Amino acid sequence: MTPFQFSTVQELVEKASYEGTTISQIVAQWEVETSNLSREKIFEKMSNNWKVMKKSIEEGLQKEGQTMGGLVNKAAAHMYNAILTGIVPQDRLSKTIYKALAVAEFNASMGCIVAAPTGGSCGIIPAVLSTAQEEYNFNDEQIVWSLFTAAGIGLVIAEKASVSGAEGGCQAECGSAAAMAAAALVELLGGPPQKVATAAALALKNALGLVCDPVGGLVEVPCIKRNSFLAVNSLVAADLAMAGIPSLIPIDEVITAMGEIGRALPESLRERAQGGLAATPTGKKYKNE
Amino acid sequence: MIGVFYVSERGMKMSVFDILGPVMVGPSSSHTAGAVNIGRVARQVFGEKPDKAEITLYGSFADTYKGHGTDRALVAGIMGFKTDDPRIKDALAIADEEGLLIHFSTSKEGTYHPNTVRIKLSNKFQSSEIVGVSIGGGRVRIREVDKFKVDISGIYNTLLCSYPDQMGVIAKVSEILASEKINIATMSVSRDKTYQIALMVVEVDGELPDQAVNQIKAMPYFDTVKAIRKIEL
Repeated sequence: MTPFQFSTVQELVEKASYEGTTISQIVAQWEVETSNLSREKIFEKMSNNWKVMKKSIEEGLQKEGQTMGGLVNKAAAHMYNAILTGIVPQDRLSKTIYKALAVAEFNASMGCIVAAPTGGSCGIIPAVLSTAQEEYNFNDEQIVWSLFTAAGIGLVIAEKASVSGAEGGCQAECGSAAAMAAAALVELLGGPPQKVATAAALALKNALGLVCDPVGGLVEVPCIKRNSFLAVNSLVAADLAMAGIPSLIPIDEVITAMGEIGRALPESLRERAQGGLAATPTGKKYKNE
Repeated sequence: MIGVFYVSERGMKMSVFDILGPVMVGPSSSHTAGAVNIGRVARQVFGEKPDKAEITLYGSFADTYKGHGTDRALVAGIMGFKTDDPRIKDALAIADEEGLLIHFSTSKEGTYHPNTVRIKLSNKFQSSEIVGVSIGGGRVRIREVDKFKVDISGIYNTLLCSYPDQMGVIAKVSEILASEKINIATMSVSRDKTYQIALMVVEVDGELPDQAVNQIKAMPYFDTVKAIRKIEL
């Protein structure tokens, strides 16, 4: 028997619905069949990713000093203190924000992270899932399974569009991460496969057109704070989907649109640090350090 | 279609761990993790501990290498560190302690890819030079080895054999690999400008045990035989 293959999110939804299971189980099975690794082994590898993600939140929060390029100075710690002192309310939103900042800032300080799907977008998935773990008491095993759902969405995006800022702008990095995080969150919350796909569609739609214009070519401005914005974007998408609000445009068509928009972006707005924020008078001061 | 050949339209073997991964020291999968991996290949092509590394950066690597830690990452790779090694951040100081002399330069010359680096490693006895490009997600391609044009992905265990060009050598190498039950994934041969010297690049599925490499080394044809261990992503 030839193993299950997929090129669209819809195929994942149909397969999971037909078998009465989750997208994560379908993706994990696909990985087993295509990698020649055992189910235990791939679960162990994904568990390690989750371990590194959690550690990167903690270490990013405690980190001393500036980022490598010196453009961001302890943003996560500032946000965390604001929560502790009651300046901002302690809730799902503020927790997601500080966690995304912590990971993205840790990345920009040469800390160890999981590219998810890239270094520039590495804070979004850990922030959304770690906050969900805190708020809803999911155990690590549940979270690790949800990462397979995130990866399944990411695989389709990588294939049909791109997850590289140099190819598709920031929508391809942080937009993809937001779609992946929203999908994982809905599955954790018990949403059926169709709602998982809807959440991904809603999250990605709201990131379309986002350009990659990093100041000085560094993964710092606007990247670090954008991780927190796009993590929150995932929460909104997941809430909308869980509430049963559909996406008019299905996820696979949103992905295709994202790829087309990426190709239409001028090169100066695809990680070249030649346009947008990078080309502002202030941004230019940081060119080549 | 994902999964039809288990290879994407871009010629990549796809896995969930290509999307969630690698575990890496930041900030950039292309400018940091990819740089570590190119450094690791350079070290294996050289084959022993170098005294000196001359590194030329091109394109985006040349423009932004300091803020991305590309310099530290390349040197870390040359010292054999992996992409998730926390020592990457201190690689320049560690190299200094170990007596590895490093020289960086940048070039405006056009080359293979926006993220390109040339690494020449040497000690008293020998030197070797590679050109590598970082194509995103920590993935790399090696485009030159000692002036030979090649295309090595680094995701397979790879055998590099140079020899005075003559007939039948490819068959002999395939024979040994087959007898050791090693499947060849890709194979290519390029020759230098004089057409005298050939470089054979063999990427294999699975492991490339020392026993097989040593058998090939023992053959009378080769000037050098080197095994490049695959990059774990």
